[in-house]
Amino acid sequence: MLRLAPSLTLLVFIVPVALGLFWTVLPAFGFLPALGSREFSLAPWRELVAYPGLRSALWLTVGVGFGATIVSFILAIGFCALMVETRIVRRLQGVLPALLATPHVALAIGLAFLIAPTGLLVRLISPWLTGWDRPPAIATVNDIYGLSLIAGLVLKETAYLILMMIAATAQAAERASLNAARALGYNPLRAWVAVVLPRIYPQIRLPVYAVLAFSLSNVEVALILGPGNPPPLAVLAMRLFSDHDLASYYPAAAAATLQFLIVIGGIMAWRGIEYLVVALERQWAARGIRRGWGDFVVGGSGIAACLTLVLALAAIIIVGVWSITHIWRYPDVLPSAWSVATWERYAGQVADIALRTAFIGGAATLIALGLVLACLENEQQRRLKPGRSVLWVLYLPLLIPQIAFLFGAQTLLVRAGFDGTLMAVIWAHLLFVLPYMFLSLADPWRALDPRFARTAAALGASPLRVFLVMKLPMLARPIAVACAVGFAVSVALYLPTLFAGAGRVVTLTTEAVTLSSGGDRRVIGVFAFVQAMLPLVVYAAALALPAVVFRNRKGMG
Amino acid sequence: MSVGEKGLVLDAVTIAIEGATLVERLTLTVAPGEITTIVGPSGSGKSTLLGFVGGFLDPAFIANGVVRLNGDDITDLPAERRNVGILFQDDLLFPHLTVGGNLAFGLHPAVRGRRERRRLVEEALDQAGLGGFHDRDPATMSGGQRARAALMRTLLARPDALLLDEPFSKLDRALRTDFRAFVFSHARARGLPTLLVTHDVEDAEAAGGRTIDLVQIRNGGSG
Amino acid sequence: MTIRFTLFSSLAASVLAAAALAMPAKASERDWDEILDAARGQTVYWNAWAGDERTNDFIRWVGDEVQARYGVSVEHVKLSDTAEAVSRVVAERAAGRDSGGAVDLIWINGPNFLTMKERGLLYGPFTQMLPNYALVDESGKPSNVVDFTIPVEGMASPWRIAQVAFVYDQARHDRSDLPRSMRAMEEWAQANPGRLTHPHPRDFLGATFLKQALYELAPDRSALLEPAEDAAFTAATEPLWAWYDALRPNLWRSGEAFPEAQAVMNQMLGDGEIDIAITFNPATAALLSANGLLPETARVFFLDDGTIGNTSFVAIPYNAAHPEAAMVVANFLLEPEAQARAQDPTVLGAFTVLDIGGLEASQRAHFASTAAHPAMPDPEEMADVLLEPHASWMTRLVEEWERRYTR
Repeated sequence: MLRLAPSLTLLVFIVPVALGLFWTVLPAFGFLPALGSREFSLAPWRELVAYPGLRSALWLTVGVGFGATIVSFILAIGFCALMVETRIVRRLQGVLPALLATPHVALAIGLAFLIAPTGLLVRLISPWLTGWDRPPAIATVNDIYGLSLIAGLVLKETAYLILMMIAATAQAAERASLNAARALGYNPLRAWVAVVLPRIYPQIRLPVYAVLAFSLSNVEVALILGPGNPPPLAVLAMRLFSDHDLASYYPAAAAATLQFLIVIGGIMAWRGIEYLVVALERQWAARGIRRGWGDFVVGGSGIAACLTLVLALAAIIIVGVWSITHIWRYPDVLPSAWSVATWERYAGQVADIALRTAFIGGAATLIALGLVLACLENEQQRRLKPGRSVLWVLYLPLLIPQIAFLFGAQTLLVRAGFDGTLMAVIWAHLLFVLPYMFLSLADPWRALDPRFARTAAALGASPLRVFLVMKLPMLARPIAVACAVGFAVSVALYLPTLFAGAGRVVTLTTEAVTLSSGGDRRVIGVFAFVQAMLPLVVYAAALALPAVVFRNRKGMG
Repeated sequence: MSVGEKGLVLDAVTIAIEGATLVERLTLTVAPGEITTIVGPSGSGKSTLLGFVGGFLDPAFIANGVVRLNGDDITDLPAERRNVGILFQDDLLFPHLTVGGNLAFGLHPAVRGRRERRRLVEEALDQAGLGGFHDRDPATMSGGQRARAALMRTLLARPDALLLDEPFSKLDRALRTDFRAFVFSHARARGLPTLLVTHDVEDAEAAGGRTIDLVQIRNGGSG
Repeated sequence: MTIRFTLFSSLAASVLAAAALAMPAKASERDWDEILDAARGQTVYWNAWAGDERTNDFIRWVGDEVQARYGVSVEHVKLSDTAEAVSRVVAERAAGRDSGGAVDLIWINGPNFLTMKERGLLYGPFTQMLPNYALVDESGKPSNVVDFTIPVEGMASPWRIAQVAFVYDQARHDRSDLPRSMRAMEEWAQANPGRLTHPHPRDFLGATFLKQALYELAPDRSALLEPAEDAAFTAATEPLWAWYDALRPNLWRSGEAFPEAQAVMNQMLGDGEIDIAITFNPATAALLSANGLLPETARVFFLDDGTIGNTSFVAIPYNAAHPEAAMVVANFLLEPEAQARAQDPTVLGAFTVLDIGGLEASQRAHFASTAAHPAMPDPEEMADVLLEPHASWMTRLVEEWERRYTR
């Protein structure tokens, strides 16, 4: 049974992604027997090219994708370098997992509440400083250059990259390298960039690619913060897909295929830039410069990263404030009338949707946990060496733009009469929950001293018994954290829910996005706040549970 | 205590952690070219003391006292501003750079020009018996070669003092004697005040300078 | 509370001869009882645009009522664009699912209705089977039977009436200074740059802003009732684009960006970002000031030459899994009690599709209790209703607008 685990996992994984992609590409070339077209043609592409604003949409897509990735990456570097020396920065580290658990959508909504012309930031300085007694006519949200969209993406991706970098730096060797460079007279910021970053980069390469792929192709943040006229390519594909004219399905498939190509091309371009940077970095290191203006850039981006984290926290808070507002007119800094009426009115509805969201997340997490544990245990019992290619496969759903394979997957689901069911949604979530849980659990699992298992075996315990009685309890904490991660991923998913659920399975995320396109800020506040809190509560529980169970075991800290 | 004094001076240094005092009012002068050895069993605070001098003291420790180098108070300077070179137990060559790259990384920035920098790096490699190793991957070298490269990297940074944190303990016996002699001769030749931490009596004897036993000091004895 | 459908049916027969002719009262009575029996225990997946919280609340109320009265539960499938539901039905047909479809009821009109009706994607005609349909005002409110020039022919059941109005704050602008025509709107924007906008034309209200202008500016209005052929479209819209080119630089954010939806625009009005906002619901000012979103000084105004009005319908897809329950919901929406509740500005402020004059006194009483609100418009102001142009005009207007004004 255990031997089948990896194959089963791959089956759950690769087959749907590959088939979905296949059924996206075929209609892009005019082939879709379900609609009666069995001949290949380039007509969908011609139609897509003729679509108004396509050229700007493409520039926007690429600009936002690379902009958000580069900024997040630089901020994360600055943060990690600054963390070496600055205690306050180190303390900020604590908010990172919380931010990571908070869905993109809630953060984007909160950010819009902060930076809009009527947002809190403008209110704080108006009209006494700015003279704006009416909201300024500046596009700070949904701007045509996608700057606010970049900011929204950076808000979360920075936290993600910092955590990945910290995890990669955990080995003591990096710390020692850093001290060695400092003993040679290098400023700690420069020392971090020169000797730590090059060593950990191979470990964070895939996460960086995942950030790039997401920034190039995300739909939900773009719907909230991005421009609409034209929108980024992925939103445009969605728009074409939901057009009432069925003929739009073909250019929609072409747009989704193009999105796929852009992400592939983007990752290849990034790989190219890596070579260039490595070459430059070698030369730079050999020049032996100990300090200089570059340190201000690193330090400055570290400070910017801290501000980003603070902004993200403020975004979550302001969402909560709006939910208990009755009247909040510009330029009041605080609401002039408070009320819990919105909560009362939506309590039943929110509870319903939150329960459904939790059920989907819980089910996907448990299934994924079973598969991940089976794979890891199989690996250990058969003494397999985990290969790098496996990691790439795991990252596949994170690297291929969601829209590119969900598009085709939807066609298959409809055919199977499976669309719009909870099962379909749970399955779609599994594709994204599983890799994150695997990545979260694999290291602690593999790091468990093998001598424990050998000792237990020497005492006559069967492998199953070792697994149940020794490994599971000893790894209770990482398992609980992995579950919290999986749950948070599930709660945040938008497109997979929308496609697999055929619009009928409503979760906190789909509801928040729908409301954000045309709702009352107070109601948006209620839904976005619950959306942000649900994964946080689960995360806190995941930390607390093992601590409570093992409260009398000092060695389980 | 005059401004013009040469060498490394520790003045009434006390280091404590959570109530336990590791080093108490240690006063010590290491003259240029002198190698002072600090001995004591594991956990006695030898490495902690080096950390304090080098600027890497873990914030969990509470330290008092002054460190002066050639008359300048360096106690509150960050590690990178102290001009104090350190060799650790591990060679800590950066695995992503070549051997030459590692040395160039260490080479003082005052040396300008690609050609001049390259020349000095090659020269240092020759001195260490590593001629022709410029483009080698550190991972392909033997332990002794790596140890010598690490020393040259430290020396190229032109430190004013040298801290040795058991740099010989991981080497095998034969290699150890050679490398020890190699390090000491370089330290003396450059007139570096050197502080060596070890738990090996042989190291202390070879150093030829004073030996301070941290445990003895703590128990009222003197070095 | 039980409603006597026999009474309503006979009333229907007497008020609307057409209905009686199409379907003998006796037959429809029996049919309706059968329908009620079949509907009990079913769940209606009502696909409805969810951009307005009041409407969402109302739909929830309807769900509670039909559950209590007929044992039918309603699941509101929230859409940001009605086209999503249409494309779902289209996709189901493509996949060969001709029964047991995911969509039971759609809130629909305009191009979406046209698409579904033309492609035979609708169930029906069914309105004559609904006992309450007899109460609908077919002559005084012509948009109940002709939707965007397309005869409804019983394929969709009306439930609320919409009419274009403009919301403003009388504390900021005097009523006498307001633009009373689309042409005047351009001059007003020049005097108040950045204080006017319209939703993105992809949003039906944004498209309606353009249509309202087209009505006023088109050289020949009658052309709008025919499908928009190339030549006719070019001729009719030329003055519109000239007007829009002049207006656009003075719109909010110089016409480079538009609110994606009506609610966003209302929020902007409440924040003081803009001063005039178009609405399809004349009760908007009353509704939103009661709700705290707009100041209490918010009011609506209409245009001198009348404004576009239309009817919102509910329709049932041909492959709906629960057509009987969907009909029960459609019928309940025509209940005088439900219609009066919808018209109450503290609830929804959606004007009724019923002929109030033709109602019995007890039924009319529901409407009398509808609280008068200072921000509610005078019924006389609303008298000049312009019928929607052919649906193809809206589609083409949006396409042409996107071609012209998308970078």
